[in-house]
Amino acid sequence: MSEIASAGRGAPKGRLETPATHAASGTTARALAAARMPRRWGAWYVALHRFRVMKSYTGTVVVAGIGNPLIYLYALGVGLATIVDANAGDQDVGGVSYLVFVAPALLASAAITVSSEEFTYPIMLGYKWNPTFTGMSASPLRPTQIVDGVVISVSIRMLVNLVLFFLLIVIFGAAPSPAAFLMVFAGLLGGLAFGAVLMAYTSTLEDDAGQLAMVMRFIVLPMTLFSGTFFPLSTFPIWLQWIGWISPLWHGTELARVFSYGYAEPIWLTIVHVAYLVALIVVGWVWARRISVRRLGR
Amino acid sequence: MPAPVIVARDLVKRYGEFAAVDGISFEVAPGESFGLLGPNGAGKSTTMRMVGAVSTRTSGELSILGLDPDAFGPEIRSQLGVVPQSDNLDTELRVRENLLVYGRYFGLSGKLVAKRADELLAFAQLEEKGKAKVDSLSGGMKRRLTIARALINDPSVLLLDEPTTGLDPQARHILWDRLFRLKEEGTTLLLTTHYMDEAEQLCDRLVVVDKGAIMAEGTPAELIRRYSSREVLEVRFGSDRNVEVAERLSGIGERAEVLPDRILIYSDNGEAELERITDAGLHPITSLVRRSSLEDVFLRLTGRSLIE
Repeated sequence: MSEIASAGRGAPKGRLETPATHAASGTTARALAAARMPRRWGAWYVALHRFRVMKSYTGTVVVAGIGNPLIYLYALGVGLATIVDANAGDQDVGGVSYLVFVAPALLASAAITVSSEEFTYPIMLGYKWNPTFTGMSASPLRPTQIVDGVVISVSIRMLVNLVLFFLLIVIFGAAPSPAAFLMVFAGLLGGLAFGAVLMAYTSTLEDDAGQLAMVMRFIVLPMTLFSGTFFPLSTFPIWLQWIGWISPLWHGTELARVFSYGYAEPIWLTIVHVAYLVALIVVGWVWARRISVRRLGR
Repeated sequence: MPAPVIVARDLVKRYGEFAAVDGISFEVAPGESFGLLGPNGAGKSTTMRMVGAVSTRTSGELSILGLDPDAFGPEIRSQLGVVPQSDNLDTELRVRENLLVYGRYFGLSGKLVAKRADELLAFAQLEEKGKAKVDSLSGGMKRRLTIARALINDPSVLLLDEPTTGLDPQARHILWDRLFRLKEEGTTLLLTTHYMDEAEQLCDRLVVVDKGAIMAEGTPAELIRRYSSREVLEVRFGSDRNVEVAERLSGIGERAEVLPDRILIYSDNGEAELERITDAGLHPITSLVRRSSLEDVFLRLTGRSLIE
């Protein structure tokens, strides 16, 4: 049991054979060599761990990943659309059918749903309820790598969900632009922007006294309703439109619409969407990393 | 004499105004089994987390395997096995999976980790439980799995924080047996405990810690010799009479401690002291002569019991 894969051939052999050479100098060299792999790949080890946990609910991920888009696309894009298209004409939703209008928004919302699942209770679990993060921090992993690993694993899971969603949109014939596939990345940006900040916030919670349920009720739900998801933000009075402007979902949705059907907006606004979402990701991620260092290093 | 594995000098950890660890110094030699004995809240766990290169020290010097944890955290942790006070196994994974996942953190290949996982499940007497859910294990089994997990990287130093707290006597003995084997193989052990019998069983040398500071240091036998007598006579006169009787016992034994439920009389010959008490016309409800233990050392040093 003595060979360490990363220790290299020059490293001293383990203690079982030669307990006397257990001296600090030998183990120091061994330590310096053994930390090389974890220093470089630690975040990916955490991601692998998360995937193994997610594997236990793969069924749910796939069924929900196909079932939810199907239900929403059908109910809103086909069902509700017959009323919207008949009554409002094409003008109110930017010159496209309601299905084409709502599909990118539903895709962006799906990313928010993944974020609110993966960046809340699993984080609380890791820090507190089943403190696996504490366990990881006793290994060569650094706290920041734990955060990075969670972000990596959730991003990949989200990407899978978004690709499934996109394929269904294509099947529904609701992605006219050749660049439509890029809406997957718009959704990913929106989902991670919200998720990174949510992860940082959850990391600050010493205990969950209902805050996470409040986030769902008073942030996620209103955000879905007021982010130009089901109708354009411009139909709101101006004093309500700010909710959309700060909402990562609105920026993600608008960006997805630009890619999906060439929604006409000034180019600077498209740049603002990307810049705002990237900024939220950076702020949330850096914040969550800092908290991890403080919280796990107490 | 080989270089020490752990060197701590004037180690301090403060949380705001409160000093959880207040100037602790000790050294642990390779292959040694070293204990921190003290009551809850003495600063043992905090010390362990600093030695584990997880918690950063406020001041003082600390070197593990010749490295400073502030700069070489991952390097130090790559050579440690850590058994924390409360289990933090991943309850969303199966028993064997916990070992597989943890082994990967050390950058070990999947193949090597799988091989070690099977060896360690055997070592921890959990071969049958590989596919079981973690929550279905008993407390003792969870502890053994945590120890198996701590060994997945073939560590040179094993840190054990209260390894047997909360276990029934049988589970404790199984665990002690496993730890003793590791000790025989040359693994350096650093453990905290508030059980004196555990310290006597497992520690070559120990420090008695109270309120973040070291009260005494030595082998269990040395400490007992230095701070206690060979034997202890325990007499009970009933909780309401102990204090009153104690005054009349002055001059009997080398020293006496009056506890709420009993009086301890320290002497090299307990039976003789008991005779003197009965000769004086005092008749205890129960009496017991036993050998001195680390519990008595602790009582002498701090005026308090270990388990309160």
